Amino acid sequence: MNARVDHVPSRDGENAAPTAEESYDLEAVYRDSHVGEVLESLDRELVGLAPVKSRIRDIAALLLIDKLRRGVGLSSGPPALHMSFTGNPGTGKTTVAMRMAEILHRLGYVRKGHLVAVTRDDLVGQYIGHTAPKTREVLKRAMGGVLFIDEAYYLYRPENERDYGQEAIEILLQVMENQRDDLVVILAGYRDRMETFFRSNPGMSSRIAHHIDFPDYTAEELVAIARLMLQQMQYRLSEPAHEALREYIEKRRAQPHFANARSVRNALDRARLRQASRLFERKGGSICRQELETIEEPDIRASRVFSANA
Amino acid sequence: MRVTQGTFSFLPDLTDEQIAAQIEYCLANGWAVSVEYTDDPHPRNTYWEMFGTPMFDIRDAAGIMTEVNACRETFPNHYIKVNAFDSTRGRESLRLSFIVGRPGAEPGFSLVRAEGRRGSGIEPGP
Repeated sequence: MNARVDHVPSRDGENAAPTAEESYDLEAVYRDSHVGEVLESLDRELVGLAPVKSRIRDIAALLLIDKLRRGVGLSSGPPALHMSFTGNPGTGKTTVAMRMAEILHRLGYVRKGHLVAVTRDDLVGQYIGHTAPKTREVLKRAMGGVLFIDEAYYLYRPENERDYGQEAIEILLQVMENQRDDLVVILAGYRDRMETFFRSNPGMSSRIAHHIDFPDYTAEELVAIARLMLQQMQYRLSEPAHEALREYIEKRRAQPHFANARSVRNALDRARLRQASRLFERKGGSICRQELETIEEPDIRASRVFSANA
Repeated sequence: MRVTQGTFSFLPDLTDEQIAAQIEYCLANGWAVSVEYTDDPHPRNTYWEMFGTPMFDIRDAAGIMTEVNACRETFPNHYIKVNAFDSTRGRESLRLSFIVGRPGAEPGFSLVRAEGRRGSGIEPGP
């Protein structure tokens, strides 16, 4: 990140005649903002997602430079920060949104840095006159933070022209435009349906500066994610179980309704269940710590995914 | 007659920025902020109308300023105040209350002594 942004301030310096000689310590600003820590933890705790991470780095760099520009009195309109996250289920959209809120907070672009996650039900009312107060309520709650609208395309229902979703969209647009420094809106959903949504709501599309696409995970990345999850839950995989998990993920990926990291999490939860009943059925005798924390091969092999293909 | 009640009422009217800063202080203390309005500023009128419910789950002053502005728009000729309620056990009362909106012309109120006549003795202003 440093390499990328290091030469930018000097260019700024040439433009601003009175302050050309002054130099600004980018390193210090970067350190003071503590953005580096967030970006590092993003790298450490989120597997894969290379294009997403590089986009977030770009945004962070832009905001940091923007802050410096403001410091020397160069023009810096509040940057448009509304974003759209598109990708298949379980690719980490919500998780990244939470990190985004933190990054924006550290850089001082949102005042509180909390994330309010909502769906259509939280914004759209059930009868006439119910939608506007409901949407305003949510917006009020999100002020000073990030409003994350999951499956945003449900807001717009073209098949029903009297759908109240349109009203919610209009209020959202108004606030996104007029109170840009009060909150940041992130829309999320499946790629193709979001594209349809933006096509039918050009106003929304033009107010969103950053369209970030979340790629599917590869099999290796999913295994890495599984290890990370197990580590957080303080479990271990035995060597054969590790091999079984790898096979499981390969097989599961080919099946319908595969939800990336979410499917992996569910699979691990079921494996824990089987491990527990395996230990429980043994009864008698004592259990050592290692047994409690280890997931064995049969715990994973017992999955339906293996039997269906056998 | 300029009505003086609540905190800051002997100061010039607060700007929106100052109001937001006061609200920010309330939120930082964990108080629930609410907006109320009335057309009867008599000091014995302790029951102002609520403009929406108290906002217990708002994190930032901008959210409450939205509500204050909505109230000003709806009632341009009323008195509007912001209250901050402290729900700490044992306290459970208002901690701060100040006027954020006044009508263009303030008729004030007067006390009419009415000994020997009917009525409570206190009547609203003209």
